[in-house]
Amino acid sequence: MMYATRTRNARPEPFAVQVSLGERLGLAHMDWPLAFAAVALVAFSVFTLGQATQHDVPGSPDYYLERQAIYAVLGVLGMFLLTRIDYSRFRELRVGLYTFLCVSVALVFVFGFAARGSRRAFELPFFSFQPSELGKLLLVLALAGFVIDGARRGSPVQRTARYLCLGLAPAVLVFLQPDLGTSMVLVVATLAVMYFGGVPWTHFAVIGGGIVGLIALVLIAAPAAGHPILKGYQEERLTSFLHPHEHEAGAGYQQNQSVVAIGAGQGTGRGDKATQTRLDFVPERSTDFIFAVIGERYGFMGAAFVLSLYALLFWRALRITTLSKNSYGTLVAGGIAVALLFQTFVNVGMNLGIMPITGIPLPLMSYGGSSVIATFLAVGILQSINVQAHLSQKGRFAW
Amino acid sequence: MYLRNDDRPQGSRLSLRIAVLGGVAVALFGILFFRLWNLQVLSGDKYLAEAKNNRTRSFKVIAPRGEILGRDGKVLVDSRSALALQVNTAKLPEDPAEERAELARIGSLVHMSLRQVRRKISEEEEVAAGAPVTLRQDVGFDLVAYIEENQQMFPGVAVQRVFVRHYPRGTLAAHVLGSVGEISEEELEEARNADLEPGEMVGKGGVETTYNRYLRGQAGLTKIQVNALGEPTPGGRLIEVPPTPGENLKLTIDPAVQEAGESALAAQGLPGGFITMDVHNGQILGLGSSPSFDPSELITPTQAQVNALYRNESAPLLDRATEGEYPTGSTFKIITALAALENGVITPNSVINDPGQLCLGEECFENAEGAAYGALTLVPALEVSDDVFFYTLGLDMWKTGELQQWAHQLGIGRPTGIDIPVNTDGLLPTRHWRDQLFKEGETERPWSSGDNIQLATGQGDLQTNPLQMAVAYAALGNGGTVVTPHLGLEIEDAAGRVQKEFAPGPRRHLKIDPGTRSVILEGLHDAAQGPGGTSHVVFDSFPIPVAGKTGTAERGVGRADQSWYAVLAPYPDPRIVTVVTIEEGGFGAESAAPAAKTILEAVFRHKLEATAESEGEGETPTE
Repeated sequence: MMYATRTRNARPEPFAVQVSLGERLGLAHMDWPLAFAAVALVAFSVFTLGQATQHDVPGSPDYYLERQAIYAVLGVLGMFLLTRIDYSRFRELRVGLYTFLCVSVALVFVFGFAARGSRRAFELPFFSFQPSELGKLLLVLALAGFVIDGARRGSPVQRTARYLCLGLAPAVLVFLQPDLGTSMVLVVATLAVMYFGGVPWTHFAVIGGGIVGLIALVLIAAPAAGHPILKGYQEERLTSFLHPHEHEAGAGYQQNQSVVAIGAGQGTGRGDKATQTRLDFVPERSTDFIFAVIGERYGFMGAAFVLSLYALLFWRALRITTLSKNSYGTLVAGGIAVALLFQTFVNVGMNLGIMPITGIPLPLMSYGGSSVIATFLAVGILQSINVQAHLSQKGRFAW
Repeated sequence: MYLRNDDRPQGSRLSLRIAVLGGVAVALFGILFFRLWNLQVLSGDKYLAEAKNNRTRSFKVIAPRGEILGRDGKVLVDSRSALALQVNTAKLPEDPAEERAELARIGSLVHMSLRQVRRKISEEEEVAAGAPVTLRQDVGFDLVAYIEENQQMFPGVAVQRVFVRHYPRGTLAAHVLGSVGEISEEELEEARNADLEPGEMVGKGGVETTYNRYLRGQAGLTKIQVNALGEPTPGGRLIEVPPTPGENLKLTIDPAVQEAGESALAAQGLPGGFITMDVHNGQILGLGSSPSFDPSELITPTQAQVNALYRNESAPLLDRATEGEYPTGSTFKIITALAALENGVITPNSVINDPGQLCLGEECFENAEGAAYGALTLVPALEVSDDVFFYTLGLDMWKTGELQQWAHQLGIGRPTGIDIPVNTDGLLPTRHWRDQLFKEGETERPWSSGDNIQLATGQGDLQTNPLQMAVAYAALGNGGTVVTPHLGLEIEDAAGRVQKEFAPGPRRHLKIDPGTRSVILEGLHDAAQGPGGTSHVVFDSFPIPVAGKTGTAERGVGRADQSWYAVLAPYPDPRIVTVVTIEEGGFGAESAAPAAKTILEAVFRHKLEATAESEGEGETPTE
């Protein structure tokens, strides 16, 4: 029964029903709650940046607001564009996507500009492009394709090893930039695609054990034994990006300031009296610590509202994995959903003082074109999966 | 439906995985919501307070310390502004090795070891984290210039204007005034200092200690809004409470008398002490000790100065007038006489024969210089300071303890209540004291008649000082009131308005028969100004009648005698008592009595001038 009706090419229905305008634009079967959550988050981000960063760039009070608004518009346009495209085409483009991903990330080493000792982005005339942000989406799209196509080649262990190698290669490149946060997201996205691709639970147990063992070896066991694997300056480099703000005033101090800021927001927030985030006590307030700004300015009401939007976003993404017309869609949606969940939890947890400082931006909230646009494109892919699922149930295909 | 089975998501297995992921997501969001609720709703108040505290930084603005004035209103101590070297810890290098090197460099500039610097910083950090730490109060302009020229070597080091003590009269009354220094850990724990903070300047000895709470004033406070780097934000000056200057303390000290006493002691070139006091109210007109010290050296002493002050055999910091421990010699005899008369051991007319010595079996007590005065009553015995007469009284009273009772009542060997810190109260030897020592094996014999005979003439184990003797003489002079000697006269505000007056009541009243008092005073007057008196040579020509007693205390083999003089003036109704002692000064009349005379001349200078003028006026017509 597995091989019974295997046909690659779908046949169009003989009698085409009249196609409405909404369907033409690809809007008819969009997941509206998902779109609402994404747009509401980015709108809240623009609003917050407009209020909280007026004094950050002397002479241009709306510096962050204007730019984030442009990125948001570009992102929303990108989302609609992808909604109208059948995501399944990316499965065929997997090798090209994967190559592009690895090359663009590698090229950063050559042409990228260095910010705070780390080469992550290309400096383009109008904005700097950080390939690793888009790379998260590209990796999910490519890897899902590899998983589907290689589903019957080799033993389960070989398959798992193959997927791991495919996912870890770009992750290692990003890690070497060095950008620990994004490389962690790539690893998690890889594991998510494998998870939805049916890799056995036992394999995950082994992988999990391996990760824990590696961390313990490099950071605890080897230095404790008096034979550090890393040289002094290397370890310093490692720890300095593990705690990116240590050289300013100490990572613990800054995270504590973030906790104080959020706590001080109380129920309804401090508005313009939000001194913690206004007077530079909280670092990186437009990017990594924007959640602290929201917590202090708008209080529990604001912060809980934002968390609820993320919960909505994740719920809709998870729901789309179940609706997908094919396994590829399920894997892609699952990878995107888990990556979003991971980034949200790590970033908000960092702001709340329960996760280490890793420099992972908060999707759609943190200022930054690459991150905002890439996240909207990911949401666009989710929309596409949703639309395709509905169209296929109706027995139609998108054009 | 065109979907193939193999291209559909794998049914129930996938559902399980999605359900697991959903569960994980619910847990993760639950954690975030719970943490958010905990921070903002449950502990929000705490964090709000922390945030508010975070953005402000308070700086203490030191209040200038009050002035200390003489009785005449002239300044003895005031405050001048000086430059203090401060370290802003937030701006020190972050690299531990660099920080260490810089602290060591700074320390060497201000004569502090790295450890001292670090301890200082950690102490101040506990009080006001982030506030600049003062390393040294009074630095020279050359050091300031050096630091400013080499600013890059000293990040975080700043020079701040502060107040330090200034002594326009130099060493005058140094022991009375005391000095000012940073409060010590031990002082902080004392109950009376409950409202003081580490780093605060407090009195160190003298009236600076006793009247610290009036002199210190109230530090002001400037609260400014700062950003995370501790830099003031524009327009962020929130509160400014100006400092309240300390109140001024006016002393009972008469600078002219004080100066006379100090120069009289200095003229002798020997260690000693003096006190001049009003016999009725205990106001001290002059109190000094020699050798003295320069209190300004204590502001920021160099090691050499520390050695000169603290590791010096002549102990310049010791106030010999209030903390000396000496036998008094014959000046003690008035106490013996008082005890004998008041207890009926003798009457003013009782005659005691002086064959030149008093023998108890083998042991004989002789007069000084081998003199023998024959039959004597009390007045001539005081005049010539006959020892055998008083030996006899000591022997008569050795079992009863009457001598000790009177000495104790008069304040010998016990606190006087003076308003400066005093480390010792001396010792009045009693039967109980020596018997106790004997029981503990500290001495070879119990109390004996010889001990009492010694005490009767101010010898033996007696340890007292000019202050206690002055109180005792004052009680005799005023008819039985044991006054509280004091130096503080009143507290004035900056405009000179009196805020508080100090008039400590008497410690005790003793019942002294007026006859007793006048007999003893007569003996003292004869001793000072009678033809056969012991200090006749000194006071014979003194225009004011006085009643004074010499003392020559034996200080053991190989040491010169200690010279004492105690005098009440004017006789017969004394207002002033003056006591002088000079270590190794020899006979009382030799060094202490001339010094006492110099002091009395200063005390009665107006009267003496008036007398001299009237005499001059009387003579003018004849010319």
